[in-house]
Amino acid sequence: MKRKLVMVGNGMAGVAFVEQLLKLNPNKFEITIIGAEPHPNYNRIMLSSVLAGDAEMKDIVLNDWDWYRDNHIMLHVGHTVTQIDSAKKTVHTDQGLAVPYDELVLATGSLPFMLPLPGADKEGVIAFRDIKDCNTMIETSRKYKKAIVIGGGLLGLEAARGLLNLNMEVSVVHIFNFLMERQLDPTGSKMLQEELERQGMKFLLEKHSDTIIGKKRVTGLRFKDGTQEDADLIVMAVGIKPNVQIAKEAGIEVNRGIVVNDVMETSVPSIYSLGECAEHRGIVYGLVAPLYEQGAVLAKHLAGVETKGYAGSVLSTKLKVSGVQVFSAGRFTDEPGTKALRVQDDLSGIYKKVVFEGGKVVGAVLFGDTSEGSKLFSLIRSGEDYAGREREVLFGKEGGGGSSSTADLVEAMSGDEIVCGCNGVTKDTIIEAIKDKGCVSLGEIKACTKASGSCGGCKPLVEQILASTLGEDNVKKVKEGICGCTELSRDEVVESITRMKLKTSKEVMHVLEWRNPEGCSKCRPALNYYLGMVFPEEHEDELESRFVNERNHANIQKDGTFSVVPRIYGGVTTPEELKRIADVAGKYDVPLVKITGGQRIDLLGVKKEDLPNMWRDLDMPSGYAYGKALRTVKTCVGNTFCRFGTQDSIGMGIAMEKRFERLNTPAKVKLAVSGCPRNCAEATIKDLGVVAIDGGWEIYVGGNGGTKVRAADLLTKVKTEDEVLEWTGAYLQYYRETANFGERTSEWLQRVGLAHIKEALADQGERQALVARIDKTLDLMKDPWQQIIESDDLRKAFDSLTANSPDSASGGGLNAVQGALAEKPQAE
Amino acid sequence: MADIHIGHLSDFADRRARTVQWDGTEWAIFLLSDGTFRAIENRCPHKAGKLSEGIVCDHHVYCPLHDWKIDMNDGQVQAPDTGCVSSIEVIHHEATGKIFLRTESVGLKQTS
Ligand code: SRM
Ligand SMILES: Cc1cc2nc3c(=O)[nH]c(=O)nc-3n(C[C@H](O)[C@H](O)[C@H](O)COP(=O)(O)OP(=O)(O)OC[C@H]3O[C@@H](n4cnc5c(N)ncnc54)[C@H](O)[C@@H]3O)c2cc1C
Ligand code: SF4
Ligand code: FES
Repeated sequence: MKRKLVMVGNGMAGVAFVEQLLKLNPNKFEITIIGAEPHPNYNRIMLSSVLAGDAEMKDIVLNDWDWYRDNHIMLHVGHTVTQIDSAKKTVHTDQGLAVPYDELVLATGSLPFMLPLPGADKEGVIAFRDIKDCNTMIETSRKYKKAIVIGGGLLGLEAARGLLNLNMEVSVVHIFNFLMERQLDPTGSKMLQEELERQGMKFLLEKHSDTIIGKKRVTGLRFKDGTQEDADLIVMAVGIKPNVQIAKEAGIEVNRGIVVNDVMETSVPSIYSLGECAEHRGIVYGLVAPLYEQGAVLAKHLAGVETKGYAGSVLSTKLKVSGVQVFSAGRFTDEPGTKALRVQDDLSGIYKKVVFEGGKVVGAVLFGDTSEGSKLFSLIRSGEDYAGREREVLFGKEGGGGSSSTADLVEAMSGDEIVCGCNGVTKDTIIEAIKDKGCVSLGEIKACTKASGSCGGCKPLVEQILASTLGEDNVKKVKEGICGCTELSRDEVVESITRMKLKTSKEVMHVLEWRNPEGCSKCRPALNYYLGMVFPEEHEDELESRFVNERNHANIQKDGTFSVVPRIYGGVTTPEELKRIADVAGKYDVPLVKITGGQRIDLLGVKKEDLPNMWRDLDMPSGYAYGKALRTVKTCVGNTFCRFGTQDSIGMGIAMEKRFERLNTPAKVKLAVSGCPRNCAEATIKDLGVVAIDGGWEIYVGGNGGTKVRAADLLTKVKTEDEVLEWTGAYLQYYRETANFGERTSEWLQRVGLAHIKEALADQGERQALVARIDKTLDLMKDPWQQIIESDDLRKAFDSLTANSPDSASGGGLNAVQGALAEKPQAE
Repeated sequence: MADIHIGHLSDFADRRARTVQWDGTEWAIFLLSDGTFRAIENRCPHKAGKLSEGIVCDHHVYCPLHDWKIDMNDGQVQAPDTGCVSSIEVIHHEATGKIFLRTESVGLKQTS
């Protein structure tokens, strides 16, 4: 008979332990997991990335529903365990379930600590702990503007960064004078603060919160010093407290956390605990790495494998805020008996501090450049003696030259040393994945062992282990497939399309052995683009793979209506055109007519079935406001009227828009032309911007005014309008041919490098060849609105069908019925 | 047997949908690549996105607004999101090419 193992808590520590246990002894236990959250186990760490818009919810699931089923784990989600009856060896849930156990594991994690301020129960006051909180923040950001984060630690800053990305104004309130005081020394902390202020965060330091004000919903926060700050949302990130209630009530020894010994046993027989709810040798951990170590020990203990037991962990942390590199580990404060090696370079914004005690590295702080983080962390753990040659740690053997390399470091690591702290993966496990399981890329190692899958800090180490195990040449360069359907990269897919002359998405997915035979919403539009880019003439555009807006040639709105933006070249219109737009807006009862940020007019809230008729009445070309395509060419007045204008920016802009309209691109492309360096058309935050100067034009590229604002780089200066068109055509075609689908020029340029692009376009022959290729594509493009107006077949897709009263026509032919909705299929 | 006639095979395009109002509900009727049909309520459980405008991959549709993935066989939203949409049976009368909705087959929303 299998023994019954019941685990309370379906979180990171608990499920990682179950995974270990299944590896060691898959058949010993009948496992039941009870979890309060209505989700499978997900990567809580990544909530910060989800909030920041760098990952989606679906990317963070660690064990999907299938995993539980495949491993025969009984899972009860949405159940909270309310009572442990240790005499009868049974747990009870709030939904009335009673589950008997032989062994019980408590992995209940922790609860966010909510400051007991008056008003803390108001709407809009939340913590940052789970998917629900994350969704609340995302939703709040759609309706409200001002957020306060209380707590300037790791979690608070990640929450604040996410809220900034969601376009909220964010103030971080902290009781100390220094941010992240538990991970950084004052110097590092001030550098961090400056960087975050630059990113738009506001700080209220040394502020003691007093009262949360507002009626039903929060409207602000008052401090003890009498000042106050407005807020529509308050996120408390002031700490966590171990979730010990049920253990306490069951008479299990609880101090700060549930007290456990070195094999994670509690004071009550057959009950174990691990994770953030457990207290080991007086310490409660709040990061995943130690929790995984605990899980490995408990798994061994329960599987009957010998273990030395858990002896506590050294901690390292990395702040997951883009554009900010912060690493800290061990004991990094100056104490009696410690000496520190410091490097501070204000010019490059780099700060490094390594703390020694008796010649051994005991702690480190890195800001600005964290590439040495994993090395330092491993030195802390290995305790290697550097007495008398401490400088080598940062400066290498020669004193001034490069520091000791990652290669040496990996070489020196012992097999059971942990490489990926977040997932507890040792060097041996990684080598085994390479040698026995045939992993040849970082992605495969990640899939196989989870190493580098969470915070990513150990990537350089994993890559080095891969290179030294396989030999540099046999390593597949960082290969992440274009979506979950394939492991092939964008370049490999495009190369295969070109080489094997694949002409349809179906062929591509078939020949390249896609995992999902019809792809997914990520790869289908991408393949359609690549095919059209490689074979403009032969490839037939696949409407069913186009995103809604591009299929309907209008932007879908949140209520399912659409918006219509006709082309207004260079932002220049005429009274006749304006009258026509006004008439159409009146005739079709358009709810909102708006001047857009792109110098044209948007008719919003149009019913789908009205679109074709409106287009006909407008009698203007599509402005492609919906497409991965050329959007607008913004212009300023220029020398036509402006007293500073040096060139005809309007004329140049119109010529560019006429030349490149309808062009399909990997992501939307926006151009602008300014008549002088005052730059009223904002040309330097465009994908390509032209700025007139006396006697010529400057061409700027790779700018962006959207989510990640980026000033464009100067590509070149030219004399004539024809040259502007030639460089623009060549640049756009080079982007079309080499960028990933969905990648704006600003990201693409940063990925491939400005120097590389300059080199590719340096030769006039090359430029002309690129222009010839772009012309081939442009020649084939027709105005989509016109096409739809003219084709009954295309137009009919805009109408809905009508339901006729009950009909008996099917009465006789039921045998011929086919394709009916099948009976509920077996779960997949 | 109350079947509602809604159109003809030729009204449908591969992996695209048409909509129809019936009984106070807007339905999205999809033609899949294997030639079979599915019909589900044209309202995403997330924020009421028009599922008829989504990208269809086998028997799944991705909502055009925020990319939730819905299995048209049982109306279930796929993990990590949760929810369900109603579905109704579609009859394709091969001899005539006529398409019907089978009215008594409406699958009620299940909560999950
Ligand atoms: C209509 C307009 C706002 C306005 O009323 O002014 C607009 C509306 C939308 N923008 Fe925009 N953007 C508009 C100018 C801009 C600008 C300013 C500009 O073009 O000069 C920017 C910043 C410049 C830039 O792109 O570098 C801008 C940056 C974005 C972004 C962020 C892009 C990025 O790379 O970070 C998105 C999201 C995306 O594309 O994924 C976006 C997406 C959208 C979408 C299409 C959202 C969507 O996917 O449904 C909006 C459609 C609204 C609707 O329901 O119809 N919009 N959007 C502007 C149309 C200009 C036009 O005439 O075509
Ligand atoms: C936004 C964020 C960012 C983070 N970033 C990092 C990072 O970069 N690096 C790092 O190392 N750590 C990070 N952490 C911390 C890390 O996520 C936690 O240390 C880890 O998740 C703890 O695992 P656990 O299993 O102990 O608890 P949890 O993952 O919280 O799991 C406990 C589960 O038990 C459930 N539960 C509790 N009580 C009951 C009950 N009575 N009945 C049923 N179920 C119950 C809870 O609902 C929960 O799902 C971060 C945390 C957050 C919130
Ligand atoms: S129009 Fe642009 S900025 Fe405005 S809400 Fe929509 S996407 Fe955001
Ligand atoms: S409305 Fe469907 S995913 Fe948001």
